[in-house]
Amino acid sequence: MLSLSHVSKHFGGLHVLEDVSFEVPTGSIFGLIGPNGAGKTTVFNLITGLLQPSSGSIHFAGNNLAGMPPHRITRRGIARTFQNIRIFREMTLLENVIVGMNPHLSYGVAGLLLNLPGYRRAEARARERAMELLSWMRLDGKADLLADNLSYGDQRKLEFARALATEPKLLLLDEPVAGMNPAEKIELMEEIRNIQARGYSIFLIEHDMRFVMNLCERIAVLNFGRIIADGKPEDIRSNPAVIEAYLGRDEDEGADAEIAA
Amino acid sequence: MSEFLDSFWATYSTLVLSLGVNALLALSIWLTLSCGLLSLANAAFMGIGAYAAALLTLQVDAPFAVALAGGAALPALVALLIGIPTLRLSGVYLAMATLGFGEVVRVAILNMEITGGPLGLNDIPLKTEWWHVGLALLLVLYVLARLRRSKIGRAFEAIKEDEIAARLMGIDVTASKLLAFTLGGAIAGLAGALNAHFTFFLSPREYGFENAVDILTMAVLGGTSNLAGPVVGAMILTLLPELLRSLKDFRLATNGLILVLVVLFMPKGIVDPLRWRGWQGWRVWCRNK
Repeated sequence: MLSLSHVSKHFGGLHVLEDVSFEVPTGSIFGLIGPNGAGKTTVFNLITGLLQPSSGSIHFAGNNLAGMPPHRITRRGIARTFQNIRIFREMTLLENVIVGMNPHLSYGVAGLLLNLPGYRRAEARARERAMELLSWMRLDGKADLLADNLSYGDQRKLEFARALATEPKLLLLDEPVAGMNPAEKIELMEEIRNIQARGYSIFLIEHDMRFVMNLCERIAVLNFGRIIADGKPEDIRSNPAVIEAYLGRDEDEGADAEIAA
Repeated sequence: MSEFLDSFWATYSTLVLSLGVNALLALSIWLTLSCGLLSLANAAFMGIGAYAAALLTLQVDAPFAVALAGGAALPALVALLIGIPTLRLSGVYLAMATLGFGEVVRVAILNMEITGGPLGLNDIPLKTEWWHVGLALLLVLYVLARLRRSKIGRAFEAIKEDEIAARLMGIDVTASKLLAFTLGGAIAGLAGALNAHFTFFLSPREYGFENAVDILTMAVLGGTSNLAGPVVGAMILTLLPELLRSLKDFRLATNGLILVLVVLFMPKGIVDPLRWRGWQGWRVWCRNK
């Protein structure tokens, strides 16, 4: 569905990503993990068009995304959430979600100025769909609250609903459980599984190993801008390069042996 | 009674018409603010509109409706042209660029032959009736109210709150900003065109930095969270100097003091429905105690 081939990103002399290639399969939950500063969010920024790759290509459903502005990429079916939640705080939950439907509301200027039936129908449909998406996240009871009043976990769920409102085929989640307590993490894991069950493909970046291992069907590992492993969770878990990236090399082995002796 | 009305109108017609014109100006900057753009070009757009309309009347004897349409269309066209390069700026940088544009317009008007240079344009026939201004104000309020309730208004609001998130919701941010800027230019131009036809006389001095700041003050003082705010702000800023006339030498100082106090105690403007709701909540709380 989405494939990156030989993607590199340099900021001046800083090589953030180097020859990154992987493929996100349709219908699954795919995870990209790696230590802090490995370049994970940069991958999302490249896919969504906020940054342009220095070299390499990104293909989604047969189209090359390079050079396309973010709003066009969203309209092609990729939606994302952010590591530091970016909801519209001064809007109600319902308005937040309806903003995501913007590109799909097709009525003319005459329709909206004169309150014509076509405009009213489109707006009514958008509200209905927004309520449905909110109910998927169990937020429909709070539809008229200002988004700013939500708890952290609910804000994340609102961001999910808003992303789904763009009618994506692929949903990118940037560290969805960052800063959540264990109960919220489990709840969110359920929500992500539910979203997948409704037919969406999911690509998430995460940090929390246990969360990723339980959720993802396939995982790629990024370290210092390079993919060091790509495979099923059980293979990743036992991959020595991954263990080294996360825990560091055991340089004290010799010393330990000396003490033991 | 009608005698009283006649003498009232003779004395205050300019003031009443200014109320409407200033309300239009405040709404024009409200529109760009609602899209998160701090643009100070509206005084210049007003000037372009005023000169365009006055010249249509003076030079080609155009019907009033045509002069007004020209006064709205020319600044909109200019806004479109300068918006394409400048709207990639944000915050104070955009404010500086648009202020610079305003100065360019002022100096251009000052040095052009057709605009009468520093002498301005004189003997513009009186054509603006009170209902012209009233109708223009109602029309603009209606259009803006409809926009607010549509995908366009929601796109503006989203851009104001978080541009990157808006972009990733599939909103064409550049096109939306250009629309707000252009429409704002048209409204300011219309205000200028109406103004030109009751002041008899235009000079480039009236469209400088001070006026740009005045327009912004009206919108911010009234409150930018809804459409009533800019109208109320324009009323207050237009009437206040008149009401304080009896203070003579202390008039401007008092005027400034009142503005400072309002901004200090009502930072979100005078018309702020959220604060009113807050007051109601407080009353309920007092009653229940």
